[in-house]
Order: sequence, then C-alpha cells, then structure tokens
Amino acid sequence: MSDDIRSLTDRLAAEPSSLAFLELGETLRRRGQLEAAYKVARGGASRYPGLADAHDLVARILSDQADLAGAFDAWSSALQLDPMRVSALKGIAFLYFRAGDALAALDHLQRAAEVDPDDPSIAQALERVRQEVTTAGPPPPAGAPPPNPAAPPNAAAPPTGTAFDDVDGGEQGQLLVDGNGLRLAGALVLADGSDASDRVAARLAGASREAARATRLLGLGGWHSIALECPDGHIVLSSPTAETILLTVRDRSLPMARVGLLAERAARAARTWLERLG
Amino acid sequence: MSPTDAALDRVTRVPGVRGALLVTGSDGLVVAEQLMDGVDGRAAAALTASLVGRLSRAAESAGMQPPAFVHLRGDAGSVLAAPAPGDLVLVAVVGPDANVGLARLEMLEAAGRLD
Repeated sequence: MSDDIRSLTDRLAAEPSSLAFLELGETLRRRGQLEAAYKVARGGASRYPGLADAHDLVARILSDQADLAGAFDAWSSALQLDPMRVSALKGIAFLYFRAGDALAALDHLQRAAEVDPDDPSIAQALERVRQEVTTAGPPPPAGAPPPNPAAPPNAAAPPTGTAFDDVDGGEQGQLLVDGNGLRLAGALVLADGSDASDRVAARLAGASREAARATRLLGLGGWHSIALECPDGHIVLSSPTAETILLTVRDRSLPMARVGLLAERAARAARTWLERLG
Repeated sequence: MSPTDAALDRVTRVPGVRGALLVTGSDGLVVAEQLMDGVDGRAAAALTASLVGRLSRAAESAGMQPPAFVHLRGDAGSVLAAPAPGDLVLVAVVGPDANVGLARLEMLEAAGRLD
C-alpha cells in the first residue's frame, strides 16, 4: 500500500464521517484499484446521498469498470443534485456518444459548454460530436426505436411493439421503461409534436429502486404506485414487474383516481406483453 | 405557534397520519418534524426529497410543470409530499387506513401558507 493511500485510509478510519473518502476513492481509481475504489466511494455515497461529488466519483469508477448503465445512473444522480455539474454532463455525453446517440451527446456537451465555456476538452468533444452528427445525417423520426444511452454498445435493442392496444389512448401517454431508463414500449409525444419518450425514460432510471427504498425504510413494505398531481396534468407511475416502471400521463380533465385505474389496466397489459415476449 | 409548527400540526391531526415533516427539497434535511415513535424522520426526509426531485424532473421532461402533490403508495401505508415555496417540501407518512384525501387537502393548504 502506498503512503498516500495509507495516509488517506488512516484519516478515514479515524474519522469515518469525513469527506476523505472522495480523495481516497479517486486515488484508488487512478491506481486502477477499481474494486477498492468502488467500495470506498459507495460507502461515502451511502453516507452522503445528497453529495453530488460522491455520485460523480461512483460514476467515474463504474465507467472505468465498463458498467455503463451504473455509471449513467450515478451521473444522473449527481446531475439531479447539481444540474450544472460539468463532469456529470460530460460523462453522460460520453455514454450517449458510445451508445450511438450523438444528438443526445451534443445536447449534454452544449449544456456543459454553457456552464464552463473555457474548458478546452468540452470544445474538442463538441467538435467531434458535431462531425458525427453531420456525418450521420438527420435525426431518426419520432417513434423510431430509442437510442440505448446506458447500455453497452453491443447490447440488443429493447423490444418495441403495441403493449397497450386494449388501454384507453393506446400507446400515447403510456411509457414502459426498464430499470436502466430505457424505453420498452409506449410513447410520450408533447403538444409541439416532439417525442419526449427517451428523455422521460432516462429520467425514470432508478425511480423504482428509490421508491422501494423509501417505503422499505419507512416500514411501508413494497411500493405500488406514485401519483403526481401537476398543474397541467396527472401522472401515475406503477411497477408492472420488479424491473420495470410504467408511466401513465393524462390531462387534468381526467380525475386522478381514474388515472390510477387506467394505470392499473395499463400495468396488467404491460405485464402480459412482457410475459409474451418471454 | 410558528407557521411551521402550525403546518405540521394541522397535518398530523388527520386520522392515520403517523407524522409530518418539513424538509429542504435540494438536500433532504429536516427543518421541523412531528413524528410518532418508530418513524425514521431523517430517512423520510432524505428519500422523499430525492424522489420528489427526480419525479419533478421527469414531469418536466414530459412537458409538464413540477407536481403540486405526490402520493407514494406502499403495502402498509403511504408517503405524501407537497412541495412548498422556498425549496421546502411538506412530507407526511400515513398508515393504510388514513384518510388520504383529507391529508392531501390539509397538506396543500398548509404548504401554501408556508410562503
């Protein structure tokens, strides 16, 4: 064990609640001791769930370990805590780029450049991604199979299809998402005609785990549904299976309780559809 | 009685409510709480604030405004949350037999008075 790692380990042992885990985790990562780095970072992130630095560190380690879905989730957590965090924006841009979604990568890099216009690495990355966008041509049409932001590059594309034929409204307004924030079925097209499905799906990565953790720690058992009353509409999230989350959106003209019933029907339909897929 | 205590008081008076907290939305810290024994206030604060933040961003991505009320339903009760002005979230933990409709009304009213 090198002196600096020993010193940092001693510091952390003497004061477990200190932020020394950040420096120790990063030092271990740079030395290539990824398992040890992950344990240190994960412990720190558990102790400080509201600290964006901790999630950022976890993401860098997972990215080094080629756990791209995990890295995406951790960087998303960092961004939720600190939406202007350049390292997380760059990290997610990198993951989108690797997954072949240059437009999403470009979007994140542009946000990073707005926060830190003097970072030369962002300018270089922007140039490279813009070239890719130009070469690749126009974006895919709305309704095309989604990109795969968090999955390894060679992962199979998620299945698509009509899971909600028997549900009022059909596919529109229902979105079935897997545990990594990837769309499985359904669509969310906004009033301006743009397809928000993939963006919403990515936002929901980890929501099911977070809801499960909340209800478990509060002694409320497993979770069934989450209802969101927004000024301009109602959203219900449900969990057709342990690994999926289903979002049902309707405008405010439909009472929340009825949106809940609709979501239950949609969850049953999704479960049947997933079973058919095997 | 301070406005914060008054807000928590009117929520905890609803039958079936096990406790109410006022937490900061950005970092999930407890500002004030009125809890029955056995309810982990720090866990409720951190987890609810984080979840509400995530769901607000999901709603925004879906072209909607942030939620005024969130109801997380579990096997043995629910967590209710009403974002309030000033980066605050009013949270209630309720049992399975609670009058959620009444708790919702009280929370929306109380959250609005925290301005």
